[in-house]
Amino acid sequence: MTELVIETAGLRRTFGKKDEIEAVAGVDLRVEAGSIFGFLGPNGAGKTTTLRILATLLPPSGGTARVMGTDVARDPADVRQRIGYVAQSGGSDARMSGRGELVMQGRLFGLSGAASHERAAELVAAFDLADAGDRPTGTYSGGMRRRLDVAIGMVHRPGLLFLDEPTTGLDPQARARMWDEVRRLRETGTTVFLTTHYLDEADALCDRLAIIDHGRIVAEGTGPELKRAVAGDVITIGIDGNGELVRRLMAAQPFVREAGFADGTVRLYVDDGEAGLPLVLRILDGAGLAPQALALHRPSLDDVFLRQTGRSLRDTAA
Amino acid sequence: MRLFHDTWLVFRRSLGLTVRQPAWLIAGVMQPFVYLLLFGPLLNSLSSMPGFPTGGAFNVFVPGLLVMTALFGSTFVGFGFISEMRSGVVERMRVTPMSRTAAVLGRTLRDVVVFMVQGLILVVLAVPFGLTINPVGVVVAFGLLGLIGLVLGPVSYAMALLIGSEDALAPLTQAIALPLLLLSGIMLPMSLAPDWLRTIASFNPLYHATLAIRALFNAQFSSPDVATGIVTTGVCALASVLVASRAFNRATA
Repeated sequence: MTELVIETAGLRRTFGKKDEIEAVAGVDLRVEAGSIFGFLGPNGAGKTTTLRILATLLPPSGGTARVMGTDVARDPADVRQRIGYVAQSGGSDARMSGRGELVMQGRLFGLSGAASHERAAELVAAFDLADAGDRPTGTYSGGMRRRLDVAIGMVHRPGLLFLDEPTTGLDPQARARMWDEVRRLRETGTTVFLTTHYLDEADALCDRLAIIDHGRIVAEGTGPELKRAVAGDVITIGIDGNGELVRRLMAAQPFVREAGFADGTVRLYVDDGEAGLPLVLRILDGAGLAPQALALHRPSLDDVFLRQTGRSLRDTAA
Repeated sequence: MRLFHDTWLVFRRSLGLTVRQPAWLIAGVMQPFVYLLLFGPLLNSLSSMPGFPTGGAFNVFVPGLLVMTALFGSTFVGFGFISEMRSGVVERMRVTPMSRTAAVLGRTLRDVVVFMVQGLILVVLAVPFGLTINPVGVVVAFGLLGLIGLVLGPVSYAMALLIGSEDALAPLTQAIALPLLLLSGIMLPMSLAPDWLRTIASFNPLYHATLAIRALFNAQFSSPDVATGIVTTGVCALASVLVASRAFNRATA
């Protein structure tokens, strides 16, 4: 059996004077060592709150969370020694040099001056920041700053690295670069727990995924497992105005397992898309409705997400 | 040990960042210097009034300006901290074993060093105006000035941490700083004030600190004002550091 680096049971977190807001409502997560674990969810679903509890920034209101074998509520100081945390906002001062930030981080983790300079030099080289290492981070490009953030998180060689939205706001080239860095971390034995708004990122990068909505995990597994669970094919119908009418019409058909309407598109989950397509056309025609677009897809992670949360992740992205 | 080690790290880092922008240092000296230049001379003719403390106008006024430099150099430090929070630096360091108290203490000591340098420049500039210097008095007075920084700085950092936005911090800071300033006898000595005003002022630690610094500048070491000022400010500094460090330990933001 593989070692678990994150293990939560019934994790809860409430906010408000009377604990009336339940941001995390009983989360059970198991993350195995050596994997890249993707944590997805619409804004306000409890994603960031869960991440902050696991990173010791927020105490849980109930349930337990063990990170690297230690209970986060009982001994947060021990957890901090073993994890790296990279916030979405980053964590470097625009006036400091990249090398200066790395040295500072090393010193905070108890490295001597010489040892932290040595470690900073290693990381600056490993993350391809050698030329920029002595410049203020305010002069860095988005991709460079993000690589520095990850390097800062890795100064003390943690076994587990939390990455909050590692590629948000990066151009495609810098994103691909960051993916390579994350894969390299896995190769060196670091477990990576990341949140993302990009389903292609989750699909390409993550060994396992969990989707959180309304404070609960609604789906968990490998990408292919999750897609298989949606099952069958997806027919999308682009329609003006009468979307809800079309959805109801289709939901009543025996060959349609489930129908949803969002963002001007009706989505039908069917067992056999090829056979379903002509049926759909005939029914629309019979009702005097003309679709703008009609398409057949194999399910993507976006379909998984839409099915589980009723929302498209793309539209919830901040 | 961790506290001293981390306080030193935070102090060095933040002082390094401040030194890179020497404009702040100059700006901090400008305001008291303008007072010295344009307000000080008014006191010359007042200094013969009954109730005005002994020692000459500038030996009364410059200690007040030093307290003012400390006041302005410590009450607004929270604003810089909010921008550090926004950059994510504060949160990043919260997920390290760093001592929470060091986060306040290191930055406060930086602020103390900055306003002490400003104060020193001010003292040198005031000599031609007629300020007389007693070396021992000046050294002890600067020690007391440092304690004022430890009273005010941690409060500003803790408020910044809890409030988190400049918009709300600004009016609150003003609401605290203005009465502290007016009730300290910085501009005009409180010995000119009616009894009721002096009674209110006696609850202000800055009032006692100002009296003590004036006595020290006039080499009146055995004056009860000196002991009262040092003890009051010291106790308040300790309380302030403890309260702020508690806020930093409990904060989840």
